[in-house]
Amino acid sequence: MNRLAVTLPGLNLKNPIMPASGCFGFGEEFAKFYDLSVLGGIMIKAATGEERYGNPTPRVAESGMGMLNAIGLQNPGVEGIIETKLPFLGQFDTEIIANVAGSTPEEYEAVTRLISQNPVIKAIELNISCPNVKSGGLQFGTDPKMAAELTRRVKAVSDKPVYVKLSPNVTSIVEMAQAVEQAGADGLTMINTLVGMRIDVRTGQPILANRIGGLSGPAIKPVAIRMIHDVAQVVEIPIIGMGGVMEVDDVLEMIYAGASAVAVGTANFVNPFICQELIAALPKRMDELGIEHILDIRGNAYGAALHRA
Amino acid sequence: MIELLTVVSTKKVAVNATALICRMPEVKKIEPGRFMHLRVGPLLRRPISIANVEGDLITFLFKEIGQGTKELASLRPGDFVDALGPLGNGFPVNLIDPTSRVVLVGGGIGVPPLYYTMRKLVERGVTCEAILGFDTADSVFYEEEFKKLGPTTITTVDGTAGIQGFVTTALTPERFDTLLACGPEPMLRSLQTVPIQDCFLSIENRMGCGIGACFACVCKTPDGNYVKTCSDGPVFRAEAVIL
Repeated sequence: MNRLAVTLPGLNLKNPIMPASGCFGFGEEFAKFYDLSVLGGIMIKAATGEERYGNPTPRVAESGMGMLNAIGLQNPGVEGIIETKLPFLGQFDTEIIANVAGSTPEEYEAVTRLISQNPVIKAIELNISCPNVKSGGLQFGTDPKMAAELTRRVKAVSDKPVYVKLSPNVTSIVEMAQAVEQAGADGLTMINTLVGMRIDVRTGQPILANRIGGLSGPAIKPVAIRMIHDVAQVVEIPIIGMGGVMEVDDVLEMIYAGASAVAVGTANFVNPFICQELIAALPKRMDELGIEHILDIRGNAYGAALHRA
Repeated sequence: MIELLTVVSTKKVAVNATALICRMPEVKKIEPGRFMHLRVGPLLRRPISIANVEGDLITFLFKEIGQGTKELASLRPGDFVDALGPLGNGFPVNLIDPTSRVVLVGGGIGVPPLYYTMRKLVERGVTCEAILGFDTADSVFYEEEFKKLGPTTITTVDGTAGIQGFVTTALTPERFDTLLACGPEPMLRSLQTVPIQDCFLSIENRMGCGIGACFACVCKTPDGNYVKTCSDGPVFRAEAVIL
């Protein structure tokens, strides 16, 4: 028995570790560092209907144990991704998850229809939580009715299971999770970044050209853990947890909180080998803690879910 | 590609500028103009240009601006620095015709990579001159080191050392056919319009990953496309980027 293996809708993960969308490009750069086949899966950079350049620079700013980014969904467009990126990713023995974004429901549908038919893609991650674009993105991710409607429409055209990526920038993430579950989501991925801002005191102006950006990194981990903990207890669908994972105990924390797999984001920028290192470190840490299979601990931290916020 | 460098020495070379010499685990050939991504500060790495490489010794020369560079400047001999690299593409030192007349133009903290570049060019027998611009006399560094390699002109904004003005005040482009530059964006932008056969600029941008994956440091190109500063650059032909 593979004590790290996790089976989720559409995904046979040999281990629960995957790089998070937007933090790994389309894998090409990281393939120079290690064999991507060691990964449980890869969540590739968001696809939109047309090619996008994204926001002006500066696009990143550091903060205490975190980073703000406002890339703005730069990508070659869904057709560009299918033609130039997926053949490369198809060489690896790992599960590829396509992140889908858009400005309108029609764009989300069109991108999903095209990319979900590709045999390299095993699941869709519906991005309704990008804080860095003017239209679409986060607006679908903060209103439960809009999120549910979009989930329903995307599910209807998708060839593959659909995971909805939830934003923490909401009053009740539990309500959002229940809304998309009822609308047919096969799983959840959470959390996306928290909207933030930093100001350069020499100029008195925001560091990011976009003024605001999404906060990621270890600073947001406790927020992610709490939200996974609350959501996992009230939904039936599985959760891929993410938010500030840097070390092997962070992975276990996410699973204790109720996640079934874990995505790694910002840490890839600090240490390009991080996903490989986490996968290698898991069995030893599980031995130390007396954990037989990784999912034996899933949700073991459950307590009273906080429905209020 | 990630290794621990051992600090040999740190030395203030000008107001706010520190030279950090580290020992690499092995002797490495590093092309001038590439950079190392050093893990200092709260979380992210810092891209730091390479001022010199001799055997297994590598010199970084940087300005103390934020938490990361302050931390770098406070390292003691024997400390370790986690380094990813060398990364990026440097100056095309080996493609420059030995008979060409080369001028290296540096502004402030853009000066350090030009020292290593000029050293490598002189080693190949290329005749080089340098024009180095600083704010004021207190911020001038490496003047003697450059002068050992070739004619070197210093400019300062306030005229307290060398010629008063900017590097462009001292530049006579008709005497050269290749220009290599590194410095602040306004300086590089003005060099883009200098009439010269070959002009290469090392540009700076806030980076995330340093390896081309995060799209933080993109730069627009005249053909409507874009390049990534970290992995396509940081050195570009002057006409290939919009600054």
